[in-house]
Amino acid sequence: MTLRELVATIGEGDLVAVPREYSGVAMEATRELLRAGTGGLRLLAVPTSGLQADVLIGAGRVTAVEAAAISLGEAGLAPRFTAAMRAGTITMLDSTCPAVHAALQAAEKGVPFVPLRGILGSDVLARRDDWRVEQNPFAEGPDPIVLLPALRPDVALFHAPRADREGNVWVGRHRELATMAHAAARTLVTVEEVVDVDLVADPELAPGAIPAIYVSAIAVAPRGAWPLGLSGHYAADVDELARYAAAARSEEGFTAWLDEHVSAGSVR
Amino acid sequence: MTGTDAARREAMIAAVVRRLEGCRTVAVGASSPMPAAASLLARARWDTRVLMLGNDRLDRFTEGGRELFDLAAQGRIDAFFLSGGQIDGAGNVNLLGVGDLPGDGQRFPGSFGSPYLAMLVPRLILFREEHSLRTLPERVDAISAPGTSPPGVYRRGGPVALITGRAVFAFDPARARFTLESVNPGETARGVRAATGFSYDEASDVPISPPLEEADRARLRGQVADDLDPVYPRFARALRAAS
Repeated sequence: MTLRELVATIGEGDLVAVPREYSGVAMEATRELLRAGTGGLRLLAVPTSGLQADVLIGAGRVTAVEAAAISLGEAGLAPRFTAAMRAGTITMLDSTCPAVHAALQAAEKGVPFVPLRGILGSDVLARRDDWRVEQNPFAEGPDPIVLLPALRPDVALFHAPRADREGNVWVGRHRELATMAHAAARTLVTVEEVVDVDLVADPELAPGAIPAIYVSAIAVAPRGAWPLGLSGHYAADVDELARYAAAARSEEGFTAWLDEHVSAGSVR
Repeated sequence: MTGTDAARREAMIAAVVRRLEGCRTVAVGASSPMPAAASLLARARWDTRVLMLGNDRLDRFTEGGRELFDLAAQGRIDAFFLSGGQIDGAGNVNLLGVGDLPGDGQRFPGSFGSPYLAMLVPRLILFREEHSLRTLPERVDAISAPGTSPPGVYRRGGPVALITGRAVFAFDPARARFTLESVNPGETARGVRAATGFSYDEASDVPISPPLEEADRARLRGQVADDLDPVYPRFARALRAAS
């Protein structure tokens, strides 16, 4: 499938799960998604996001975000996210890292909810109408515990080192990508390359693989995480990220960055 | 980077290192270069195991992003570090934001794992380089991680200290209150009081925060800077530049 065909399967209003910055972010697909004009997206950051969320929010393609944090890391605050929160143009559903992971695991298991320790006394909990606090039914004394409803994204979108001809995808130890794929209704993956070995038949590769049963579409996108990194392959482009952070401080600077990186069609 | 900045940074790192003595395993989360450096010094000194998110060699997880949190819930992580847009006098951390949103408020990145780890890791070390009335108010505008919890709420630990660019505070969970332990080089107890928005206790004579030992300073410029480079290239550069 081409990159254009892959992003065309993402629809208006879809809940799209995307990984944290160093696990394999599908940035080339994100640029193609911007070209496709798809809007009304609801983003689920697993459990955080940075450049990808900021660009989609800045371009006005996002109505709601669920995340433990949106940040550019060492490059600072995510400027378009910060501006959108001030303007009130997106709805933010604040979460916490273990809650995102646990709620996806509940979806993996097909159970309606999952209990999680901690969080009691946090305003993250106070602001979540969809989370509940119940007494631990197995405790002898008082033991309130948070219950989280299962999270089932419409789409999981990420970038991985390689896929094989059968549609198996190798993600190495970034197992949250497997959890995302297990939990989501559709999983869209871009890869550096397609290889001629069977990634699941090889016992040394299989533990890092996601079997094709979970994968809906694959497109090849060399350096597809750029300017973010892909572990074991290339590091994040720190200079480019700093350039983005500076440019996106203003609406005009962001638009210029978008024109340069997206509208032109080719990036490098 | 001035000499004062380097001395202040090293005093902060030294204060963190002292608090890690006796820890078998410490974890370092996002946006935590200073605690990461201190943790690597603890590893050199006491063979402390360091789990550092986002670093290919020091991120020792094979079960994905959830593994750190599962480890913490099992009681396998002894210390963790948290910063925040605001940290208040009761040890509450705010990573959510201040003021009215939408409106003229300021949105922070979000709470990361703080609402969870603050309650499940025994030794929580709070840090914030900027020590000002803005960052250290009497009360946070919103609570990401509560400093203390009422009886009956499952909690394995909480804040033990707050380390800033100006000073080191110890935290007493029974009273939900800080005590000024030392001031960093170039600071005075009176100056710290004027720059702090929350009330705290203070002995009549407050010492200067002890500096790092020479061996640790050499490690910072060498192995520690190399280990931090993949995640915190700018911080690593600053460590190497300090003489």
